[in-house]
This record gives sequence, structure tokens and C-alpha cells, in this order.
Amino acid sequence: MAGADSDDSLYPIAVLIDELRNEDVQLRLNSIKKLSTIALALGVERTRTELLPFLTDTIYDEDEVLLALAEQLGNFTMLVGGPEYVHCLLPPLESLATVEETVVRDKAVESLRKISHEHSPVDLEVHFEPLVKRLASGDWFTSRTSACGLFSVCYPRVSSTVKAEIRQHFRTLCSDDTPMVRRAAASKLGEFAKVLELEYVKSDIISLFTALASDEQDSVRLLAVEAGVSIATLLPQEDLEALVMPTLRQAAEDKSWRVRYMVADKFSDLQKAVGPEITKNDLVPAFQNLLKDCEAEVRAAAANKVKEFCENLPEDSRETIIMTHILPCVKELVSDTNQHVKSALASVIMGLSTILGKDNTIEHLLPLFLAQLKDECPEVRLNIISNLDCVNEVIGIRQLSQSLLPAIVELAEDAKWRVRLAIIEYMPLLAGQLGVEFFDEKLNSLCMAWLVDHVYAIREAATCNLMKLVEKFGAEWAQNTIVPKVLGMANDPNYLHRMTTLFCINALSEVCGQEITTKHMLPVVFKMSNDQVANVRFNVAKSLQKIGPVLDSNCLQTEVKPVLEKLASDQDMDVKYFAQEAITIVFCSE
Amino acid sequence: KNEISPFGVDFEILVSLVYIKALLCSVAADIISTVEFNSTGELLATGDKGGRVVVFQREQESKNQPHRRGEYNVYSTFQSHEPEFDYLKSLEIEEKINKIRWLPQQNAAYFLLSTNDKTVKLWKISERDKRPEGYNLKDEDGRIRDPTTITTLRVPVLQPMDLMVEATPRRVFSNAHTYHINSISVNSDYETFMSTDDLRINLWNLEITNRSFNIVDIKPANMEELTEVITAAEFHPHQCNTFVYSSSKGSIRLCDMRASALCDNHSKFFEEPEDPSNRSFFSEIISSISDVKFSHSGRYLMTRDYLTVKVWDLNMESKPLETYQVHDYLRSKLCSLYENDCIFDKFECVWNGSDSVIMTGSYNNFFRMFDRNTKRDVTLEASRENSKPRAILKPRKVCVGGKRRKDEISVDSLDFSKKIIHTAWHPSENIIAVAATNNLYIFQDKVN
Repeated sequence: MAGADSDDSLYPIAVLIDELRNEDVQLRLNSIKKLSTIALALGVERTRTELLPFLTDTIYDEDEVLLALAEQLGNFTMLVGGPEYVHCLLPPLESLATVEETVVRDKAVESLRKISHEHSPVDLEVHFEPLVKRLASGDWFTSRTSACGLFSVCYPRVSSTVKAEIRQHFRTLCSDDTPMVRRAAASKLGEFAKVLELEYVKSDIISLFTALASDEQDSVRLLAVEAGVSIATLLPQEDLEALVMPTLRQAAEDKSWRVRYMVADKFSDLQKAVGPEITKNDLVPAFQNLLKDCEAEVRAAAANKVKEFCENLPEDSRETIIMTHILPCVKELVSDTNQHVKSALASVIMGLSTILGKDNTIEHLLPLFLAQLKDECPEVRLNIISNLDCVNEVIGIRQLSQSLLPAIVELAEDAKWRVRLAIIEYMPLLAGQLGVEFFDEKLNSLCMAWLVDHVYAIREAATCNLMKLVEKFGAEWAQNTIVPKVLGMANDPNYLHRMTTLFCINALSEVCGQEITTKHMLPVVFKMSNDQVANVRFNVAKSLQKIGPVLDSNCLQTEVKPVLEKLASDQDMDVKYFAQEAITIVFCSE
Repeated sequence: KNEISPFGVDFEILVSLVYIKALLCSVAADIISTVEFNSTGELLATGDKGGRVVVFQREQESKNQPHRRGEYNVYSTFQSHEPEFDYLKSLEIEEKINKIRWLPQQNAAYFLLSTNDKTVKLWKISERDKRPEGYNLKDEDGRIRDPTTITTLRVPVLQPMDLMVEATPRRVFSNAHTYHINSISVNSDYETFMSTDDLRINLWNLEITNRSFNIVDIKPANMEELTEVITAAEFHPHQCNTFVYSSSKGSIRLCDMRASALCDNHSKFFEEPEDPSNRSFFSEIISSISDVKFSHSGRYLMTRDYLTVKVWDLNMESKPLETYQVHDYLRSKLCSLYENDCIFDKFECVWNGSDSVIMTGSYNNFFRMFDRNTKRDVTLEASRENSKPRAILKPRKVCVGGKRRKDEISVDSLDFSKKIIHTAWHPSENIIAVAATNNLYIFQDKVN
């Protein structure tokens, strides 16, 4: 019997092990994800001597299996016997670090980085560092790219001779024959610089950075930009001008738009890294050029950074710089030929008002906002409207309302339903800022019109919008303005509109409260239970289920129950089904 | 990079090619539609009309059979594309492989891109020589064991096995082309490639299949105004930002991707002014460029039109540097070639490893080689009947005048159904592969 006992516990593990090689990928994946269970059952000894060697050679598998394996091995230290034996995990991870699939390789490197911390300093030099060297001098570029990500984790913890070797290896990879390796090196340059002693940053890293930033491959140069930002944060202010700025200036004027795009994209980080003085002298003109770039992609990336860049300008000269250098460029972008540029600008331009204050906003920014509100591209208008809150704080939205209204009305009636949907989502925000009176006067009819839109998604969003409006303006407002209109639709000849009434009631009952629901809405719902269209009737059942919690138990028992019971004996199958479901939920859960 | 001497000696290849073997493909569906060596020349891939890709591997050098060096044998065969049907447009999509391009080797496996009219696929060709053995729940013969007899766990052990070569599809780049893809080309950044159809060029990242960028679009707003289509496109071998595309009007445009994201405006335009005296009904058809290739050095461009091969210097846009007549004797036969559609054949052209010799195909299983230094040329024939293994190929001559010499063949007896459209040249050695309908001929320099 003792034998049988052990079978019981071994059997599931035996299945897991066999399924490591099942033909079905999903089963293999499941097994790999439970690798720790297998290892636990085998014990540390057998995991080291049998399981890991097997895993080292299973790199033929599908990517998703390899990815899961690479991830598992990063958490395997205890399962092979603790930090003392952690180096046993290196061979399988090493082979995973050479596969062609980037995500797998990256995961293997991530796990290697993780377990590197669990190595003792001695093990790091005896086991880990040789692996890094092997990868770095591998025949195939996949292994060399993986090596790039490992230097920075072992560098701080090895002796100075080994450190020198590591620096040498990194240098070699920075001038590798294949662009993939140089790209990997360029993307890890900043990270590696961070762990290096400052003297080596100045002597080694700067020359590598300069070389990568003038690489013949665009894709390498653009990655060097990001490294330049990290390096700039490491250097003392006085060295920046001589060591980093010439290269960065060159990157901002690179012949390839992709490199300039990268500079524009990283501009805020760059600005923080180089500090206020260089920003004033160098970055402002560079930013102006990027905003006027001949390639729309670059202009759009720069336009996206306008607000952040202005915010981070040194306070003493911020306003002057914006007014004299940035604003003229921004004015041009408002009438850019490319709509992506305009819409990128529209998404941030409102933010400038808080920086410039009331007077400047009214004098200089307001005309731009108004121009963008009239832009032919709906996305531009939408971006302006969606950021109205920034202006509201500074000058109040009333300044804009004259132009705002036509813009909103036009978007609300746009031929593309996605545009209509987007503007609906801003309605509660607008209503809050414009106030009840303005809303009732100008926007209320729009909100009601959406309820009978021919696209379901719009009708659905419109009901949700009503609920949010009631949350803002209160139940009393609802009772006076929207509830009568919504309930009026219950008599509409179009059954889709009648159903919209029910959907609105579902959404509104809770925010309107028990009184309004019982007094005004419920009778309408009851009346609709006699509708000739089955879809309406079963939605009545659903509605009753929804609003049940709002009603008091007396009303439920005496009024709702009979209606639901009647529906439960309806001729239509669906009506019966939903009525029965409602009865179960409303009355049996109590 | 290349030891072949720049002057004179290259001509050796023109007179000393020996026939190695014809690799057999004999089913009708197997008409070869593309041939391509990989970057080391160790592998040679062919694609065929039936959507199959066959990869040949060069025999390793062995002491006892030194002459076998240079022989290519089948390494892997796989079905790359299947026939499909586009239900929305009621169009059949042929499985025929239009182009194959090898990727630079990144690990022990090999990677290639293959394309039919619509879809580009990335294939991995890898070797496996071990397999796991030992199950817990089955014994060696596959019989299920009684679970109650399991008392210990067995971890599978890897055992050596016979070498197995497997091809696995790694990525499928689809749904980006409305028209037929005619070229694919891998960028020197090894990160991107482009695919070209009649009117558009798309740029892909090799790792991303759900998105591509349109970099050239010559589709007019009104299709009735269409006067020109793109016939081929290729990236510069070293400059990642430069590519060229050729058109049906005989011009080549060079574009710089640094300048802007959309490359509708070219930076260079290569075109030869038409000779008015040669103008005829067929002028436009025969000036259409069927293939464009950068030289390995990146300095020159070679284009093939119906009757000639031209070499252009990238620094001279006004006229080609060199023009070679491939089969000028056909000029008088254009009318009948038009009638049998041969005039629309899309001949390709290739450079040798050192850019000093060029090769292109013709009819009657003839192919032509031109030595750029000595200006000598030769016509050779790919045929199983007329060549003995290891024998030097005899130059062929087509007789143009009235009197035919003994070893000449008359223009009228050329077989236009036997055409050599696709050829390939080993990247560093004088080994060439010539596809003649369903045969692949390998020739190599006698010296070897």
C-alpha cells in the first residue's frame, strides 16, 4: 500500500514531465509553466543533474514555450539549491539567449540579469562573467546582442582587471560589423555608463557615444540619442558643453528625419539632463528648428512636447523665451499642412495658458484656440475641446463659448460616428464647466438628439451621458428637464426608440433615486410590458431587474411581481426567459 | 573581399565554364520562378510555380572526392505558399513564388523571405540532431504503463539521431498589397525590408507583421490616368536609406528615406533619352525595365530591358555607362514576339562577385555573359543533351545574315518556349545557377 501512496503523488508530476514533450503546444506550455512543481518533486540534486541539462537542449520549441521557460528560469534559484548553485541555471539561459526570436532573447537576458544578483562575487567572476564573454564573442549576432544587456549587471561587482576586460568587450561590440549588435550596444550604452566610474565615462563612453552617433546606419544613430540623454545626466555641468553637446547638436540636425524625430521625442528628457543654461542657449534654437522641420513626423513629435518644454524652462526667463521664440513657431503650426501635426499641437496647446497667465492667454493663445476650434480636421477640434479644463482655470470657459458652441454642434453632427462618440464623452465635462444654464439653453437638445441616433453605439453612449449629467446637476434637474423627454419616447412609433427609453431608465434610476423612479418611470415601464414588439417586452423584464434594487419591497411585491409573472407566461420564448431570470434575481436573492 | 583579378582573368569564366549538373525538377508545376544564393553561397534556394521552395546545400570539401566541391544537393524542400482565393474580390491568388531573399545569418539556423503575389513569409530552416527519449507513462514501445507501477520519476534524456532539416514559418506579412508583389528586398540595417507591387512600395520591420509603412505610392487618383507601373525595386547594399525602383517606362528612380517619411519624390532619376530613329510601335514595351540590381560595391546599377542590359553609374543620371545587346537579332521579330506574348517576358540580370561580369538570359535556353573590362561577351546554352558533366561549355552563335555557318543557329529556328529568365551568381566564386523552365543548371569555373 505504501507503493500505491507514492504513486498518487508521483502520477501528476509524471504527467507534467511527459507533457513537456507533448505534441500540443498548449500542453507543453502548461507543463513549462509548472516547471517549479516538477523541480520541487525531483529535488535540487536531480533538477541540477537531469532537468536542467534536458532544458538546455530543448531550444527547438515554439517561441511561447521558450519565452515561458526563460521566465521560469529567472525564479529558479531556490529550486536548484539556493545561491550556492545558481550558476547551474546559466547553461539553459545561455542557449536561450542565442535564439533568433527577440522576445525570447530579451526574456533570457532579463532572467540572467535577475540571477546575476544571486551570484556571490566569486561565482560572478568564475561563472557569470565568462558566460558574458562567451556571448560577447559569439559567432552569431544574436548572442552578441544578448551580451550587451549583461555588462552593466556584472561590472559593479567584479575586480578591476575583470572590469577592464568588460569595458574592452563593450568597446568591441560598439564597433561590431552587424548593425543589430551596434543597435543593441547603443541602446545599452546609457545603462552601462551609469555603472562606470566617472573617469571611464569621460574616457571610454564619450568616444563610443560619439562613434555610435555618427554611425552610417540611421537606426544606430537614433538609438545613440537616448544614450546621450542618459550620459548627460551623469556628467558634471562643466563637462557637458565639451563632451556631449556637439554630438547632440549634430543629432538635432541629422540628415535623416528618423534621428531628428528621436531628438524631438526625447526632448523633455534631454532638457532635464542638460540643465537650464544649456537649455536657454542651445535647446531653444534646436527646438525651434524641430518645430519647423521639413518632415511632418518630426514636427508632430516636437509639437507634442511644446507644453512640457515650456513648463520646464527656467522660471526667470520662461515667459520671454516662450513669447519671443516658441510662440511664433506654434502660431505657424496652427495652420500646418499636415493634420497629425495640428492635432498633436491641439492636444497640448491649452496647457500653455497656465504657464503664460491670464493676459497673455487672452491676447495670444485665445486666437489660436479659436482657430483650432474651426479647423477642418475633427481630431484637432476634439483635442481642443478635450483639454478645455486647462483654460477654464485661467480665463474661464466663457471666453471661448462663442466659438465653442458651433464647434461642438458640428462635431455632434459629424458624419463619422466615432467622432460623434468622442464628443459625447466630453459632454459631462463641458456641462460642468459651462454651467446648467448654458447647458439647458444650448446643449440639452443635442444630448437628446443623440438618443435617437441611427448608430447603436451613439445611443448607448448618450444614455450613459445622461446619467453623468444627472450626477452633476442633480435629481431635481433631471426630473424637470430630461426625464419627461425620455419618457415621452416610450410612445415613439419606432421600437428602437422605445427601447432607448428603457435603457435610459436603467441608467438613470439609481442617480434619480427611489421617488422619481417609482412615481414617474415605473408606470411607463409597466405600460411598455404590453408592447407589441417582443424585444421591447423582454427589455422591460431586464429593466425591472435592473431597477429592482432602487424600489421598496412593498412596491416590488405588489406591482413589479405581477408584471413579471405575466411576462413569464408570454408567448415569446425570450420574453419568458428574461422574465424568469428577473424573478429569480429580484425575489429569490433576498 | 574578392580575389578575382579585376582585369582579363575574369574572362576565363566566359570560356571555361563547366557543366556540373542539372538538378532535376520534372513536374509541370515545378517551373522555377526564382533562384537565389545566400550571402555565403553555401546555400541556393529556388522557388517554383507550385509554391514550393527547394534549398540546395553545397557539398563540403572532402579529400577523396575533391571534384565534388561545388556540387549542390537538396537540403530542404517545403511548401511555402498555397493557392488561395480572395472571396471579397473573387480573385484567385496563385501560389507561385515570385521572389526569394535570404536574410543575413543570425544563429545556426538560416532564414529566408519568400513571396507570392500577395503575401511575404519569413522561413526558418534549421537542423536538429537530437531527440528526447524516455517517458514516465509509456514504455519504450509506446505502450501505456500502469500508473500504479510508477515509483520513480524519469526526466527525458536527449539522444543523438539522424540529422533532420526542418523549415518552419516564422512570420507572415500579409494584407498590405492590392496589386501583385514583384520584388522584395532586405535593408542593410537587417531590421527592415520592403515589398513592392505595381503601384506601391511598403516598408516592414522584420519583427512586426501587423503594420507596414507605405513609402512610395504612384497610384493616380483616377486609374484611367495610369501610364506607368513599378516593375522592380531594391535597397542599396550598404546605405540603409537608399533604394531604387524601376518603371515600365524605362526609367529608374533613386529615393532617400532620410529626406522624408514618404518617398514619392525621388532624389535621382535615371533615364536615357529615346533615339527617335529607333522609334516604333514596340518602343515603349521593350524599354520597360524587367529587373534592377545594385552592384555589390553599391556604385553601379544594372537594369534589364527586353533587348539590352544597361549599367548605370549612380553619379550619372543622363545616360547609362554601358549598354550591352542581349539579343539584338530579335529586333526584326518583335511583331511575332508580341503576338506570342514573349515580348512581355521579364528577364532578370545578375552581377558576379566582383561586379566585373554580368549575366542575363535569352531564348532557346541561351544565356549571355558580358565582361565589363574586356568588353567581350559570350552566349552559352543550358542543356542536358548538349553538355557532358565537367566538359567546357561551347559558345553558341546566332546567325543574323543570310549565310549560316556550320556552328551557328538561325534566328528562325530559336525556340522561344525555352527561356532563361532567372539566374544567380555565387557571391564570391564563379559558380552560376541557371533556371531553364523546370531544370536548374549549375556551372562553375573549370579552375576549381
